[in-house]
Amino acid sequence: MLGLIKTLKTLGDRTPLGLKQLNHDRMRLLTAIAGITFADILIFMQLGFADALYKSNTQYPRALQSDLVIISTQAKNFGQLRTFARRRFLQAQDIPGVASAEPLYLGSVNWRNPQTRKQTSMLLIGQNPSQPAFNLPDVNAKLDAIQLPDRVLFDQASRGSYDEMIEQFKQGERVTSEIGLRTVEVAGLFEVGASFSEDGALITSDQNFLRLFPKREAGAVSLGLINLEPGADPEQVRAELAARLPDDVQVLTKDGYVDFELNDIQSESPIGFVFGLGSAMGFIVGVVIVYQVLSTDVNSHLGEYATFRAMGFRNSYLLGIVVEEAIVLSVLGFVPGLVIALGAYQLTAAATALPLAMPVSRAITVLALTFVMCGASGAIATRRLQAADPADIF
Amino acid sequence: MTQNHSIVVHQLNHSFGSGNLQKQVLFDINLEISAGEIVIMTGPSGSGKTTLLTLIGGLRSAQTGSLKVVGHEITGASENDLVKARRNNGYIFQAHNLHGSLTALENVQMGLEVQGNLAKPERHRRAAEMLAQVGLEERVNYYPADLSGGQKQRVAIARALVSRPKIVLADEPTAALDKKSGRDVVDIMHDLAKQQGCTILLVTHDNRILDIADRIVYMEDGRLLKQPELAAIAQ
Repeated sequence: MLGLIKTLKTLGDRTPLGLKQLNHDRMRLLTAIAGITFADILIFMQLGFADALYKSNTQYPRALQSDLVIISTQAKNFGQLRTFARRRFLQAQDIPGVASAEPLYLGSVNWRNPQTRKQTSMLLIGQNPSQPAFNLPDVNAKLDAIQLPDRVLFDQASRGSYDEMIEQFKQGERVTSEIGLRTVEVAGLFEVGASFSEDGALITSDQNFLRLFPKREAGAVSLGLINLEPGADPEQVRAELAARLPDDVQVLTKDGYVDFELNDIQSESPIGFVFGLGSAMGFIVGVVIVYQVLSTDVNSHLGEYATFRAMGFRNSYLLGIVVEEAIVLSVLGFVPGLVIALGAYQLTAAATALPLAMPVSRAITVLALTFVMCGASGAIATRRLQAADPADIF
Repeated sequence: MTQNHSIVVHQLNHSFGSGNLQKQVLFDINLEISAGEIVIMTGPSGSGKTTLLTLIGGLRSAQTGSLKVVGHEITGASENDLVKARRNNGYIFQAHNLHGSLTALENVQMGLEVQGNLAKPERHRRAAEMLAQVGLEERVNYYPADLSGGQKQRVAIARALVSRPKIVLADEPTAALDKKSGRDVVDIMHDLAKQQGCTILLVTHDNRILDIADRIVYMEDGRLLKQPELAAIAQ
């Protein structure tokens, strides 16, 4: 402790040469800050996109309101769940602890945007209207409405121009559109958000779903929602279900299912790799720019550094100058990077309806990366210090 | 070798390079400089003057022979000892070598900061005093870029002398200056050195400043020549 105080005192007593050097050459300082800011924004955007992708593609799985989930063994992800036989539900209800088992039907439909009259791809979800399937209060309040034929609930965070349509609906006007040959009417609004594969989603009853998908059979279910009796252990019931049901289905807990979806995106889609690579590129761009600035700075002060060494300063003192510059640059570059990235998140979120947010953990990660970036550049740049040998210069 | 000598060089040889490329630049140098003495070393370019100066200043380590600076043996000293030895000397170079990002005052106080024993306010107070002594009290907060060549060299002298070193080593301090500035700079060096009682070893080509010396030594082809010849050349 005493040693630390002494060190801090020595630091405070020291002439802040790194800071003064940076401050003296404003152009160089601005170049470095711009470089780091750019690199940080790049990294923030890449991480943001990757996270938004994971989040937006698991929003419906996350919103599911059930203890256990049954899906086909061939299921890949929420968009490609395949189907399995509805009779698995009857078999499931034999297991002690299972209170109810409800089917969910999923499919991709082309619907005509009522405002622009353009066709877009929407995820259509058919659920039992007497039993809430999602933890979405706006949907659950309107379950009665979708019992009527050809009524759907519309995700108002869907990608595309729907503002006028939403306004019309809120003023009590009737809003209709077409899916295939059928005319459907919007019966309510809820908000989840678009994903990369689907522009938005519609929720309706299972009967309506089958009307809109005449080729699908009621017996071919996409996903099964199992609710347990109070006090039942989800993991134990899951194991029993898995043992009892045939191999064409798999049983997962709700969290296990969300992990299954995340795992699929992370491993199966190239997007995790692409955005990881993008972040790495940003990092390398930052290292190169900061190295360029720091090594030019060291080069242009070689004579002065050699003089300091002739006066009796140690090499570590000169290293300290470069490290100080690296730390100052990290902080000065990170702050505008963070601010601009926040703005860019807002813009992107507004333009794409992707859920982009800035968790504190990501800001800390990028700050740490910035320190590493500047530290690495500084470490390479200090190799030039070897040239500051007073005996060779004078 | 009495205690009265601040620099004692005995049978010093020095070579650059190794193997077939080895080239000896200093041959059997013997030189004793008493405390408080001002010695000018002169001679043609490439005769080894600067090499001898850098050896005495601890900027490179001596290879064979003996080299004692203020009682410390420098031959075969470790890097760490050399760094410490450098702090006993004030160095003045041909180019002023002031740090462009620091004001005159900050540059001068670096000469105290390296000693590591004074707090910042005290360093700044002494540096300001020193600048006043070289006649730059009006310019303490100027950056080197805003000072004339003579003023910069005076700041460099202040930096070298602010820690009251026992030895001042100067390498062509007037080479880049006009006659008057050069004269001023040398006079200031001379007066301050006498005042502080420090030893000066000054390497120069400049015949105009030889009069400040207590003694002149002449070097040619890596050998110090005898005194009588020297006096003749100095004329």
